[in-house]
Amino acid sequence: MLGRKDILALEDMDVEEMMTILDTAESLKEILSRDIKKVPTLRGKSVLTLFYEASTRTRTSFELAGKYMSADTVNIATTTSAVVKGETLKDTAWTVEAMGIDCIVMRHPVGGAPHFLARICQASIVNAGDGMHEHPTQGLLDMFSIRERRGDLKNLKVAIIGDVFHSRVARSNIWGLGKMGAEVWLAGPSTLIPPEVDRLGEALSGYGGRVRSTYRVEEAIEGADVVMVLRLQLERQKKGLFPSIREYARLFGVNRTRLALAKDSFILMHPGPMNRGVEIASDVADADYSVITEQVTNGVAVRMAILYLLLGGATGESSSTAAVVDRSAGGEAR
Amino acid sequence: MRLIIKGGLVADPLGKGLEIADVVTEEGRVVSVGASGGRETEDPDTVVIDARDKVVLPGLVDAHTHLREPGQEYKEDIASGTAAAALGGYTTIACMPNTDPIIDDRTGIEFILRRAAEAGRVNVVPIGAVTKGQKGLELAEMGDMAAAGAVAFSDDGHPVGNAEVMRCALEYAKMFGRPIIDHCEDQELFNEGVMHQGYWSTVLGLRGIPAAAEEVQVARDLILAARTGGRLHLTHLSTAGSMDLLRWAKEKGIRVTADVTPHHLVLTDEAVRRLDYDTNTKVNPPLRSGRDVEALLTALQAGLIDLIATDHAPHHFDDKDVEFNYAAFGIVGLETAVGLVVTNLVEPGRLDWLGVARLMSLHPSRLLGLESKGSLSVGADADITIIDPKAEWTVAPEEFASKSRNTPLGGMSLRGKVAATIVGGRPVVLDGKLV
Repeated sequence: MLGRKDILALEDMDVEEMMTILDTAESLKEILSRDIKKVPTLRGKSVLTLFYEASTRTRTSFELAGKYMSADTVNIATTTSAVVKGETLKDTAWTVEAMGIDCIVMRHPVGGAPHFLARICQASIVNAGDGMHEHPTQGLLDMFSIRERRGDLKNLKVAIIGDVFHSRVARSNIWGLGKMGAEVWLAGPSTLIPPEVDRLGEALSGYGGRVRSTYRVEEAIEGADVVMVLRLQLERQKKGLFPSIREYARLFGVNRTRLALAKDSFILMHPGPMNRGVEIASDVADADYSVITEQVTNGVAVRMAILYLLLGGATGESSSTAAVVDRSAGGEAR
Repeated sequence: MRLIIKGGLVADPLGKGLEIADVVTEEGRVVSVGASGGRETEDPDTVVIDARDKVVLPGLVDAHTHLREPGQEYKEDIASGTAAAALGGYTTIACMPNTDPIIDDRTGIEFILRRAAEAGRVNVVPIGAVTKGQKGLELAEMGDMAAAGAVAFSDDGHPVGNAEVMRCALEYAKMFGRPIIDHCEDQELFNEGVMHQGYWSTVLGLRGIPAAAEEVQVARDLILAARTGGRLHLTHLSTAGSMDLLRWAKEKGIRVTADVTPHHLVLTDEAVRRLDYDTNTKVNPPLRSGRDVEALLTALQAGLIDLIATDHAPHHFDDKDVEFNYAAFGIVGLETAVGLVVTNLVEPGRLDWLGVARLMSLHPSRLLGLESKGSLSVGADADITIIDPKAEWTVAPEEFASKSRNTPLGGMSLRGKVAATIVGGRPVVLDGKLV
C-alpha cells in the first residue's frame, strides 16, 4: 500500500513509492494476457474518469484498468456534462463525491487543478495530466517500459526530444527517471526548452540523477539507451515558437540517421498520439526498437497498480498482491 | 476637540528626527510636538492617549488601493475598505479607478468623494482613469477630474499599452500637476502568464510572466517621461531589472518616483510551490525570484524606492476558490502592511522609523499632492498612526475588517501592530480596535 490518498506528481513521490507501483504493476500485468481479464480485487469500488481535455489512451486505459479489477467505472466527458452550464470544478467534484465515488481520475488543462481537488475531496485523486505540469501515470508507465527492457534505470542515458516546455510527460519523466539515477537529456528548439530547466538537475543530484539540455538533437541521442520523442502540438507554430512544421521536422525530427547515433540496444518511445513525419519518422516508429505499443499495454498495468494501491486497502500486505491475483486467476478464469 | 498623545517615540521626517515627545492636536490640526511631561489635564474635552513604548508616525498614506465600489461591493466597499485601512494604520488611501463603471469622469470622482464622506472611516482620495473606460485609446477628461478632486491618473489593472497614448497622457497631465501612475506590463510578453517565469513556473507547469514583461514597459515609460517632462510614478515594481532602470532614470534626473508592495519585499515565487498552488499567491505583478526580492530590498535601502504601497486587491472567496489559471490576481494588503514592514524591514535594521515615515506617509502624500499630510509639523492635518513595535501577532485573515481574505500570509507571525489611528484629530482605532 501507499501511504497517501492521491497520486498528483512524481516530484513529490519518493523512490520507494515508485518502486512499489512498478513492482505491483509487474505482477498485475499478467492479468492482461489472460483469456478472461477480470479479477475481483476492487469489487464495490467506484472510479470516475473526469476529463476536461480530449484523450484516447489515458482515459480508456484507466477505465479498463478499473474494469479488469471489477471496480465500477463511470466517465464524465465535460462537453456533455453540467460543466458546459458553468459548473465549477469544486461543485462538479462534490456532486460526484456525494454519489459515492472512491477515486477521481482527472485530466485538466490547468497545472495544479488536481492538487486543488485533492484538498477539497475525500476521494482519492489521480492526476491524469494537468496542464503543463505533470502526467505521473505516464511517467510511471514509461519507467516501467524501460525497466522491463533494460532491467534497471540507474545511469541510463535517456534523451527526451521535442516540446519540453509544454510537456507534462517530460516533467514527470524528468522527476521519475532522475530519482532512479538516470541521466536525462532534453533537446528541442530553444523556444521550447523551459527556463532554468538545468536547475532540475540540482534538485535531483541527491538521487544521482542528472539533467542536461541542448538545442542539438544529435548531442542528446548520441550514446542514448532510450530515445523518447514528445508530441508536437501543431498549433504551437501559430504562436510563433518555431517557423514551420517543415523546419521543425528538419531540425528536430527523429529519423533513422539520427537514431544511428544511439546505443545499439536503444529503445524508442513516444507517449502518443504521434504526428508521423513531423516529430517522428514513420519507419522508425514501426521499427523493432520501438516500444510504443508496449507503452500502451504497460499503461493499463501501471494504472491497475495505482488503483489497487489506492483503493484495495483490505488485504494490506504487499506480498498479498500476488496472492490476490493468483486466487482470482483460479476463481474467475473458468 | 483636543488630543494629547503622550510619551511616544515621534518619527516625523520633517521634524527633529526621532524624539520622545507629546503630540498635541486641536480642531484637526497639529498644534505642538514637544518634550514630554507637564501637560496633564482634567479638561473633559481633551483625550489623552498613552503612547509610551510606542512609535508615533504621521498618518500612513496608501497610494494604491482597490476599494471595488462601485460595482463589486461583494469584494469590498468604501465602508469595509476604509475600516481595513484604519486597522492597518492608514489615515488616507488613494483608490484606483478600475471599478464598474470605471472612474473616468467627474461624475465618478464625485461619487467616490460623496461615498467616502458618508461611509469612510479614513480619508479617501480618488485616482481617475488615464483613458476612457481604461481602454488605452482616448484620454479621459483629466482636467475635469482634477478639478473635481482626482489626485492622480492611472489605468491600473489595464496597462497603457500604446506608447503614443502614454506620451500624450504624460504631456497632458502636466497641465494639472498630477502624476500618471503606471502599472507596467507588456501584454504580449505577459502572454497569459499566471506566475513569475523561472524555475518554479517550470516545475509547476504554470505559464510564466517574464520579468521582461514589466521591464520593457518601465524602460518605455522612463524614456517618455524624459521626453515629455511629465510626472511619472511606477507602481508595484517587482524585478531586479526595473531597479537598474530606475537607478539609471534617477541618475539622469528624470521626474519619476516608484513604489513597491510589502508582499513583493517578503515573498518569492517559491511560495506557489510551498503553498501547493494556493491561488492566494496569484498576484500581478507576480511574486518574483529571490534575486529580485534581494534587488528590491537593496534599492529600498539605497533610497531608490520612494514609497511602499499596498496594492490592496480584495477578491471574494469564490474568485479564488478555483483552478490557478482561473483565479483572480491580487492580495489584500491594508491590514498586514505595517506588520510586514516592521518584521522584515525595521527589525532587521534595513529601515529606521524615519524611513518608515518617509516611505509610508511623507512620500505618498507628496505624490498625491496632499501638502498638509505626511508630517507632524505644526499646522499639519492631525492624521496620526501609533504603532506598538514589539507587539507579536499572527495573521488571521478570517478576522480582517476587509470583506476579502485573499492573502497567502495567513498564520504568519509578525511583530509590530497598529495601536491607534487618528484621522483629523479623531481616533478611529484605539487599542488596535475600531472605535
